[in-house]
Amino acid sequence: MHLAHYLRLLHRSQNALAEAFREIRRGHPHEPDMYGVCECLAVQCGEQARRLEPFVRRYSAGACEEPERLHSALFSGTRPGGLGLLRDLHDLYLLATECEIAWSIVAQGAQGARDEELLEVVRHCGGDTAVQLLWLRTRMRHVAPQALVVAS
Amino acid sequence: MPDPIADPWGRRTPYGPPGGVERLAAALPGRLRDALPAELGLGSPWPVRVDTLLDDGLTEADADGWVQGVSFLHSGGDALDFAVRDGRLVGLRGRAADRINHGRLDPRETYGRPPGAGRGERARLTRPLVREGGELVETDWDTAMGRVVARSKELLDAPGGWGRFGFYTSGRLFLEEHYTLAVLARAGIGTPHLDGNTRVCAATAAAALKASFGADGQPGSFTDIDHCDTIALWGHNVAGTHTVLWERMLDRRHGPRPPVMIAVDPDDTPPAREADVHLAVRPGTNVALMNALLHELIANNRYDAAYVGNHTLGFAELCRVVEAYPAKRAADICAVPAGLIEQAAEILGSCERLVSSVLRGFYQSNQGTAAACQVNNLHLLRGMLGRPGAGVFQMAGQPSAHNARETGTGGDLPGMRNWENPEHVRDLGALWNVDPVWGPPTHALQIFRYAEQGSINLLWIAAADPAASLPHLDRVRRTLAGEDLFVVVQDLFLTETARLADVVLPAATWGEKLGTLTSADRTVHICEKAVEPPGDARPDLDIFLDYAHRMDFCDRDGAPLIRWHDPESAFEAWKACSKGRPCDYTGITYDRLRGGSGIQWPCTPSTPHGTERLYAGGLFATDPSECQTYGYDLATGAEWGTERYRAKDPRGRAFLHAADYRPSAEVTGEGYPLLFVTGRAVCLFPAPAPAPEPGDAAREPWVEVNSQDAAALGIGDGDLVRVESRHSALEAPARVRGTRPGVVFMPFDPGMARAADELTVTGWDPVSKQPIFNVAAVRVTKVSGVNAGAGGMAEDLGSLEGSERLEEV
Repeated sequence: MHLAHYLRLLHRSQNALAEAFREIRRGHPHEPDMYGVCECLAVQCGEQARRLEPFVRRYSAGACEEPERLHSALFSGTRPGGLGLLRDLHDLYLLATECEIAWSIVAQGAQGARDEELLEVVRHCGGDTAVQLLWLRTRMRHVAPQALVVAS
Repeated sequence: MPDPIADPWGRRTPYGPPGGVERLAAALPGRLRDALPAELGLGSPWPVRVDTLLDDGLTEADADGWVQGVSFLHSGGDALDFAVRDGRLVGLRGRAADRINHGRLDPRETYGRPPGAGRGERARLTRPLVREGGELVETDWDTAMGRVVARSKELLDAPGGWGRFGFYTSGRLFLEEHYTLAVLARAGIGTPHLDGNTRVCAATAAAALKASFGADGQPGSFTDIDHCDTIALWGHNVAGTHTVLWERMLDRRHGPRPPVMIAVDPDDTPPAREADVHLAVRPGTNVALMNALLHELIANNRYDAAYVGNHTLGFAELCRVVEAYPAKRAADICAVPAGLIEQAAEILGSCERLVSSVLRGFYQSNQGTAAACQVNNLHLLRGMLGRPGAGVFQMAGQPSAHNARETGTGGDLPGMRNWENPEHVRDLGALWNVDPVWGPPTHALQIFRYAEQGSINLLWIAAADPAASLPHLDRVRRTLAGEDLFVVVQDLFLTETARLADVVLPAATWGEKLGTLTSADRTVHICEKAVEPPGDARPDLDIFLDYAHRMDFCDRDGAPLIRWHDPESAFEAWKACSKGRPCDYTGITYDRLRGGSGIQWPCTPSTPHGTERLYAGGLFATDPSECQTYGYDLATGAEWGTERYRAKDPRGRAFLHAADYRPSAEVTGEGYPLLFVTGRAVCLFPAPAPAPEPGDAAREPWVEVNSQDAAALGIGDGDLVRVESRHSALEAPARVRGTRPGVVFMPFDPGMARAADELTVTGWDPVSKQPIFNVAAVRVTKVSGVNAGAGGMAEDLGSLEGSERLEEV
């Protein structure tokens, strides 16, 4: 049974996303409105990861060895400037997408495992991740024209 | 006129609510009301009281003439006449026939008067200035405009040139000026970088109205004060901001069958003292309180189930969220007794006609838009909209903030259109005969960020003083002073911003130019020109028209983009833009605004009396083809987009937006027990001010500490103290003052700006992008005591109580 591996993947991705939200906030301290929202989303991601922990433990008991190359790093530090911010948000979007699809896969797994409790967590947290994606998309759409066409 | 200091709200003229028949009559459209017998009370029963403010020694008979105008003091829209004598303005008199003020004047008009004559006259800019060898020197209009146009053309010719322009305005312009600027910026230059300091004051009001009802625009009417049985003030010190409206409320309170009053405000304001129930919530906890009130209404079945079922969406989700907020929990979060919350809920649940007014206590606080939406929810749950006595005001503090929002200089598209709706964008393209290519609007602080980063190279600031008012003043000033940024300032005085400009254009003020202004209850007033502007100063409209002409802005066919030439033709052009939109002005003309009273939009040829209340019958502006926004997540500001919006199938129903309480990122506690606030009065009375003389600025910085806090910390007046936040620290002498307990206030000081900046973070409303203010949790310790003598300095400069100043941060 590999559900534990996927739960671990999701758990790690959620924590990576939380850290990435904090890093982007620190890396762009002068960007308006990043402080509050990024901090709030970082907390949210951390909470989501914590809510997964009992299930990681639950399914780890019967898990086989973790396959190779399960994890990949999608975000490795912020870049300066307007274009840098756009690229950072873009990276975060990919990272959040990984979380989103992982929630969806875990939901299928939870259905297979007949785990109502896990399904409830996925329903709640998956919705939050969808809003995070929308926010990243909104933020990128707003800065893209200036960063791509105007700034030198 | 009473003494404004001793008796700020004048003589009481108590009155009672109209009877049931009159109330029924008031609910009819204007043209049907005309057919009613006159004794049914076509107007409001509020007694007339004509206030007159004349220069010393003059009587009304001394005036050569009286010229119709409207107050520029705040968004109340008090109608008045200018007294003119020998070509000079010598006084003001309230207009008895006007629906807004029934003759009253705000006593502060004494200080807010057009500064053309008397006060401030010497400081007025009378000639254009340009920077030569680092100094601003006087010049003529041709030279000044020539420089602006040369730089503009140079920038516009480069790739992405449109993005190198930014425009920043204030609510001090007339409607015609706002609209002209919106067209020249959006269609002439083609830039979305256009916003105003309305962002700092009123953005949350607009965001909340759009989120709940589909479009901006105040649902209520000031006449609702006449009919209501309950008034709820949500973080709004009406007595301090909308004085004449407050007098109307007081007159009802002193008359027969007075309305019950509820005030939510952390501070001990006059409305808080007047109210029957005062909820002094802990700052930043409004959402928790609102959720508890809604919880009580729903749990006790005190809502209008039929209205909710027929006219709203989102009730199930709202119930789910507010279920977690029994009064006891909110009492713990907000630090108010649970019994008081239940008492307020009882009043709100049993009243029949409720008027609400919301202002900065909600907007300039944690979760501003979410909290303001809960007030809308309260009115929706109880069906308290669109009928006499039932209305909600998401207030603005600026005189023509509403015009900025309507005409498109405040971050939305002109005519309250939706930038995400391709049809709306095409409409504008057709109206102006240009190719529509507009992206998302850029909000004010983002504009300054682009300027700081160097991608905006020309910043045009009209009638605003961002170098004295925006958060992070130190960075704003460094940006404005930067080599790569060409700054154009158009104002009355050499403001702090103007001192940093490359070109300064002297502008006329109200009383010196013609135009219209729209108040918080959608009443449009005309403001005539009474006197000539000083020297070479020009109306803002003339400056914008001159620029458009010199820039040769053309439409698709090579004809001039801006085809109007004076205020009235600009107003006619705006009418065409407003046609069919919620803010339809097509039934209003300058002639109809002259004499008599102002007129409320929407006003079309078939509804020439205007519309007293929006959303009568519970039909809202939420249809996808009409709405101004497709909605946003209240916690992050993420835009939902068209598909998600259409899937909700709103069909004219309003949205009940639910929001969980989330504590502010900067909370006191854990070794940082005090709240540090920095800034200066920015928002409510943007009376332009000249920059302080160099001598004025050479003063010592200080921090103000509340006397109780100071006693607990062993700090005396003048002691050197260390203020530490989680981010940084600074040292300055303390002044022990009447600042709110638990709050440390630091007035802006050029020498300490960077240190104060580093100490704080700017709180933001994620939806409206309104900065809350610079704030940080801090601890204060005494570094060293000081001998006597510092107190003398404090007396010289400490004319305002700290608490008053704090309100305006």
